[in-house]
Amino acid sequence: MLVPGSGSALRSVSVDLNNDASLVIDIPDALCERDMVKFTVHTKTTLSSFQKPDFSVPRQHEDFIWLHDTLVETEEYAGLIIPPAPPKPDFESPREKMHKLGEGEASMTKEEYAKMKQELEAEYLAVFKKTVQVHEVFLQRLSSHPVLSKDRNFQIFLEYDQDLSVRRKNAKEMFGGFFKNMVKSADEVLISGIKEVDDFFEQEKTFLLDYFSKIKDSTAKAEKMTRSHKSRRGFLSKNANLGSVCELKNQKFEFLLEKLSDLFEKLRKVEGRVASDQELKLTELLRYYMRDIQAAKDLLYRRARALANYENSNKALDKARLKSRDIPQAEEHQQQCLQKFDRLSESAKKELTSFKGRRVMAFKKNLVEMAELEIKHAKVSLTAHPIKHTV
Amino acid sequence: KNKEASNCGFVTQVCLSGCRVTANFISAKCFNWLRCDFCSLQLEEEEAKSSFDVDVAVTNPEKVGDGMNAYMAYKVSTRVCLHCEEACGSKHLLILEFLERRRAALERFLQRVVSHPLLLQDPDVREFLERDDLPRAVNTQTLSGAGFLKMITKASDAVSKMTIKMNESDTWFEDKFQEVEAEEQQLRKLHVVVDSLVNHRKELCVNTAIFAKSMAMLGNSEDSTALSRALSQLAEVEDKMEQLHQEQAASDFFIFAELLADYIRLLAAVRGCFDQRVRSWQRWQEAQSTLQKKREAEAKLLWANKPDKLQQAKEEITEWEARVTQYERDFDRVGMAVRKEVLRFEKEKTKDFKSQIVKYLEAMLQSQQRLIKFWEAFLPEAKAIA
Repeated sequence: MLVPGSGSALRSVSVDLNNDASLVIDIPDALCERDMVKFTVHTKTTLSSFQKPDFSVPRQHEDFIWLHDTLVETEEYAGLIIPPAPPKPDFESPREKMHKLGEGEASMTKEEYAKMKQELEAEYLAVFKKTVQVHEVFLQRLSSHPVLSKDRNFQIFLEYDQDLSVRRKNAKEMFGGFFKNMVKSADEVLISGIKEVDDFFEQEKTFLLDYFSKIKDSTAKAEKMTRSHKSRRGFLSKNANLGSVCELKNQKFEFLLEKLSDLFEKLRKVEGRVASDQELKLTELLRYYMRDIQAAKDLLYRRARALANYENSNKALDKARLKSRDIPQAEEHQQQCLQKFDRLSESAKKELTSFKGRRVMAFKKNLVEMAELEIKHAKVSLTAHPIKHTV
Repeated sequence: KNKEASNCGFVTQVCLSGCRVTANFISAKCFNWLRCDFCSLQLEEEEAKSSFDVDVAVTNPEKVGDGMNAYMAYKVSTRVCLHCEEACGSKHLLILEFLERRRAALERFLQRVVSHPLLLQDPDVREFLERDDLPRAVNTQTLSGAGFLKMITKASDAVSKMTIKMNESDTWFEDKFQEVEAEEQQLRKLHVVVDSLVNHRKELCVNTAIFAKSMAMLGNSEDSTALSRALSQLAEVEDKMEQLHQEQAASDFFIFAELLADYIRLLAAVRGCFDQRVRSWQRWQEAQSTLQKKREAEAKLLWANKPDKLQQAKEEITEWEARVTQYERDFDRVGMAVRKEVLRFEKEKTKDFKSQIVKYLEAMLQSQQRLIKFWEAFLPEAKAIA
């Protein structure tokens, strides 16, 4: 199933993307094959570091993960917020429904079947658009970043016209990454345990830890609410069978029910749009920033580790001085740790400040758009009410 | 700890105006069912150690209007005292919901009954409306809602198991009966759908409320002032959404679902009418066959020459001849009445549905308009984020 790109209307979880014409990335389409999604990554660039000014490559979800993980494991970028990896495309729900529809085909009319099929296809499409959007935003965050956009692996990702799977993690590397994740799960403890001298970081730490738990909760509740909205749609659709339900000799009565059924059908369509808009503007927004804040927390964690290393190197230096042995090495090691820590802190401060601005702007954009869409849809459903005239 | 958890008073005005007609062949005895049912309400809910004291008072008869358009208005007051042995909490809400549902149903029932010109004349109806102290009805279990339906179904079964099959001279009755049956089935299906719509809307309510709370917490946690305020406002809007959903669910239920439920029961009652007509025919046929037997018996006696028994036989024949005539007349009368009632019922049904649907849609419309207002109030807050 070939799906056209989401268009700029949907790319609002992050703002200030694709501002720099020197490197413009988008995902114009995607192909779904069985369990796999193939994204077409399209690049337009004026940079000489690339071989061509305009090119496209097919990429799988796993390629994106590879790119993300290599960036995370790059020492140089320890002071940066690495944009969160896009989640795996999840077609479980529409696939299950498609399956059930196939099973129940015999027990419904041709009309019903066609209608349900259409709805399911729309659902597939919605999931598609979401996953394309989130993969696209990931790449665009990278291309908009002054440092990350120059990454060699990023360039390979965009340009390499062969299958990337050879370069992807082999078993050993995977284990290494897994181990890193295990250690990281103690990040909250490490981050909160650190004695902070810098006010800025003290505040950031408190804020991020608290905000993360709240936004995680909000995301879960928003998901539940959106699901309720969607399931309601399904029932309104059964209502639409009203007209066909009564083939009675009482014409006026039949007419009445037909009008009601028409109305329910129109309202159902509107409800559907409301539910999916709410999901995109609200639930997706919360989901994205939950992951982004985790990425910011990871940055704090790396800084905390650097500080811990620095403190350890101080202790080692004291020990060396006591023993009067290996002092120059210890001093150099301590200097390196300090430099690394200072660099990280400086970079982190910049990143976190711009992150805040970016986050606030993205929330603003989405909340405004969501409110406008709610109003628009409600007005549409108002016009679908011709009650007093026709009934 | 006998806490009086709630003390609700419902007052409804019942206008008897005989203009609106809804056919309903329920005998006036069912009024006692109504009152008894109301009074001896016991929630079948598990351990809900709750009981009700219900007082129904019909008072203040007042003549309203003049001449042709005059009608009597009565005030029907219902007072319910709810006793809960423990703090009921959410059960309390369920109980109140149940009460409201029952009260509305009884009110609709009353209005339908008093709208019927024939039932209006019924002395039991009058007594129900006018007496201050009605004797407490007993043994009306069989006439409860479910019991009544069972009665009708049993009667229908009896009719269908008849050995003498009715030879229908008038196809109108057969056609109409099938129509009614079909419509009843369709309304049942629709009712199931609307019921689940109500439940889903309630679920959406709950989830929206939970989300609103979570959003409020997020707003508190947010360190950008303008965004923090906007998120708190969003939480408030979602709270208002929850209220809208609640009201919409109530509208779905009280206006639409209950309408369907009422008509499913009413159509069953209409079926009951048809069955009554068939039973009337049956009675006539049985009387004819009995008369025939009596005549044969008389002939036998004549031949056997038993003058004393003969007199009795002649008397019985006269009696049964009268009965046959009477039953035939009854049958014709019932047929005409059923026809008239069904036609009137259909007209009223359309009117009833129309007015309820209009009410339902108006409620929906209002809900949408309020939704727009809420979001329009929020929009400037969102735009003010900096």
